[in-house]
Amino acid sequence: MTGYILKRLLSAIPVLFGITVIVFLIMALIPGDPATAILGSYATPENVAKLNRDLGLDKPLVQQYFIWLGNMLQGDFGTSFALNRPVIDEVLERFNGTLVLAGTAFVLCSVLGVVAGVISAANQYGLADKAITFVVLLGISIPSFFLGMMMILFFAVNLRWFPVSGMWPIYGDRTFSVLLTHLAMPAFALAVVATGVVARLSRSAMLEVLRQDFIRTARAKGVHERGVIWRHALKAAMVSIIPVLGIQAGFVLSGAVYIEIVFQWPGVGRMLVDAILKRDILLVQGGVVFVAACYVLFNIMVDVAQSLLDPRIKT
Amino acid sequence: MTSFLTLLARNRLALAGGIVLSLVVLLALLTPVLPLADPDVTNTSNRFQPIFSDGAVLGTDHLGRDLLSRLMWGTRLSLAVGFAAAIVAATIGAGIGIVAGYYGGRIDNIIMRGVDMLMAFPYILLALAIVAALGPGLFNALIAVSAVNVPFFARNIRGITVGIAHKEFVDAARLAGLSNTRIILSEILPNVIPVIVIAMSTTIGWMILETAGLSFLGLGSQPPQADLGSMLGEARSALIANPHTSIVPGVMILIIVMSINLLGDGVRDALDPRLKSGALSRPMAATRVDRAEQPPAPTDQGLLEVKALETQFHIKDRIYRAVGGVDLSVEKGECLGIIGESGSGKSVTALSFMGLVASPPGVITGGAAYYEGEDLIGAPYKRLRDMRGRNVSYIFQDPLATLHPLYRVGDQLIEAIRAHRPIGREEGRAKAVELLNAVRIPNAEKRISDYPHEMSGGMRQRVGIAMALANDPDIIIADEPTTALDVTVQAQVLTILDDLRRSRGLAIVFITHDFGVVAQLCDRVAVMYAGRVVETGGTGDILDAPRHPYTARLMACVPELGGGKRRLEAIPGLPPVVDNLPAGCAFADRCDRAQDACRSGDIALAQTGNHAVRCLYPVAQEEIA
Ligand code: SF4
Repeated sequence: MTGYILKRLLSAIPVLFGITVIVFLIMALIPGDPATAILGSYATPENVAKLNRDLGLDKPLVQQYFIWLGNMLQGDFGTSFALNRPVIDEVLERFNGTLVLAGTAFVLCSVLGVVAGVISAANQYGLADKAITFVVLLGISIPSFFLGMMMILFFAVNLRWFPVSGMWPIYGDRTFSVLLTHLAMPAFALAVVATGVVARLSRSAMLEVLRQDFIRTARAKGVHERGVIWRHALKAAMVSIIPVLGIQAGFVLSGAVYIEIVFQWPGVGRMLVDAILKRDILLVQGGVVFVAACYVLFNIMVDVAQSLLDPRIKT
Repeated sequence: MTSFLTLLARNRLALAGGIVLSLVVLLALLTPVLPLADPDVTNTSNRFQPIFSDGAVLGTDHLGRDLLSRLMWGTRLSLAVGFAAAIVAATIGAGIGIVAGYYGGRIDNIIMRGVDMLMAFPYILLALAIVAALGPGLFNALIAVSAVNVPFFARNIRGITVGIAHKEFVDAARLAGLSNTRIILSEILPNVIPVIVIAMSTTIGWMILETAGLSFLGLGSQPPQADLGSMLGEARSALIANPHTSIVPGVMILIIVMSINLLGDGVRDALDPRLKSGALSRPMAATRVDRAEQPPAPTDQGLLEVKALETQFHIKDRIYRAVGGVDLSVEKGECLGIIGESGSGKSVTALSFMGLVASPPGVITGGAAYYEGEDLIGAPYKRLRDMRGRNVSYIFQDPLATLHPLYRVGDQLIEAIRAHRPIGREEGRAKAVELLNAVRIPNAEKRISDYPHEMSGGMRQRVGIAMALANDPDIIIADEPTTALDVTVQAQVLTILDDLRRSRGLAIVFITHDFGVVAQLCDRVAVMYAGRVVETGGTGDILDAPRHPYTARLMACVPELGGGKRRLEAIPGLPPVVDNLPAGCAFADRCDRAQDACRSGDIALAQTGNHAVRCLYPVAQEEIA
């Protein structure tokens, strides 16, 4: 197992490398003088000169890349000029918020999606199946930011069940239950689309598995239908569901950008959008590389989970 | 194509989606000529007019602009940008995919590496990075959304192209000296275009959402120009006081994306052949029973007594009579062989007893299966489940497919026991070892923690037998348990079964197409053809003197009993398709004794002593010698 994890970690190195190349190349698209673009309104001649020195912006592109990469490997993602603090500090702090939000949404969409898919498949063409199929269709068609706004309107403003926005109250204690009330709506709004996708896929994976011979064996043994569905079929279906969960994690991270804006959630997504609007290029660059790298690592965890589930995978 | 369209039209939801989408697109196209207010004229004294107010059906926004007009223009813009992004992404992605798939080798490798890298990003990070570099704006948002979706198209189209690039017509074109560009344009492209269109229909909804999203974030269309996303984004600050300005564009996005999704699902379903055949239906916990008539009463023959059993498969409007009135019985300690070609209905018969025929499409339409006088066919699921594996258990053909691939064999054994009585961890383990020992699996203590794929075929089938034995059943139904095994292993498995029968007084119903196996194990035999028993009697009688021409032919194909490969396919002709059985004898078309009388009217099973045969002109004793 450790060998397998190491192997997967090693195989992630070229991907991480590729990610930095892609981000670097995209940033090379910036029209005009990069130092001025990065500094924007902070561009005093001294600043431009310092930045050119630090980032090697006057050197050839390939050399620039390696300077940038070398700096990042030492934990130096540059300095955000708009915020006047190291990029990495800001990203790490904001990433916490995103992790809480996206992590909760991911757990929600995995559990709800799989359960809905299983129920749907187990009652194929029945009432529950039709209801779930309809809700799922609605869920994958509604823009998460619109759903979030409607939830604020209904649950926070009209019913006053939840606070309108934010991760913590401005005044007051930062307890777990307070966090939960703030988290409930954004996490749900964020999870909806992914839940729909997971439910759809789980349903078809279950239908595929339920026709397999080993399901008939379980029934012939006298296993209760509940056990047939939730133990035998679901376990086998998880083999094709887990990779989709990995992909959905990417969608949840993406959707978090909108949800963080709608709910004023202090996360990386909102930070990135603010940074783009303020043309804080280094912050965007650092944030994108950092989050993408985390996503790659997360997918390794997904692969490991898959290999734990399926003994046929050679580890 | 027409069949595709009718299929699509039959899907009412898809049709509804298509109609709504067409309406929206039509309105968007007509927007410039409709008598609408100017969407960009501000009138701050007239801001936040509610819905249905004078002069503004949908009210006005925070700058007093007419919402209906802005909605129409915004829809137009959103649709245009979404479609444009889809076309750009599809064109570039398809181009990359075709080049990679057509040239293969190094080029393919490098391109697909790049595509994989792009797919390692959560899509929005890439889009944000592109917008960050190029600056906010609708055109840049379009570039970002297209770019993010290029890898998806590239990967899909590459897969299709690889398949086409090695077809004969492409080779022929190459030999004819056509240039690569010509081949790609004239041979490859026409073949991948349908795939491109399908991929577009499934992603276009996403692209509209994504562009709307970027605009919502303020990174897409810039004021005063507004698409649906930026309308929503601008309205957000007034969400609580004036929700209608948010609801109007939001609902429109929902309508567009939902109708596209409905239509896309319809297209996919219409094109997916698996859904057409209904093959994706899930089998229910027990076979559906729909008996028109009261089944015949039991006559107290044996432990299990099957009377006039009829099982059908209802697929679309066709009815396949897989089992057409079968009578069987088996005593305690007796082994009954059911023999026949594949498709003769022998497995379906055996699966019917315990309601294990996949349903849909299976339906038991008549007859009864009495276990100690209790009819299993009509039994409620609860009772059936309780008896499955405890009174009647099954051994199936291919143990690699019939054992659960992700559970250890020991756990599968323990579960078989636990399904019927609670059992502790230690006791369960001990019992599992005992069961594996009973089927002579060496090293049972270690083997219980094996997964099925770690065992050989013979070992797996022994596990299958051990599982069937777990609750000391009275009857074991073995459905071709040795077919997948090689000859020596087959012999070992048969010996195990025979010993168990003798030591435990088990009744065995043994389904096979192999007379050698029958000779070795069975006391009595029933020969099945086209869903009916055509001959039955003691194994010795039938082997020595088969009376039905079909049985005789079956045996003639067998060079030597107990030998190696004895497949029944050697009989000329094919068994009849059971959705269209001929009148009279089903075997008539393949029978060289057939007379006119054979083809009219039902032929009864004629009993002489213990030997019964369903034939008007049975083979006489002398003819065999
Ligand atoms: S009934 Fe006639 S056709 Fe049928 S098997 Fe007998 S002889 Fe042949």
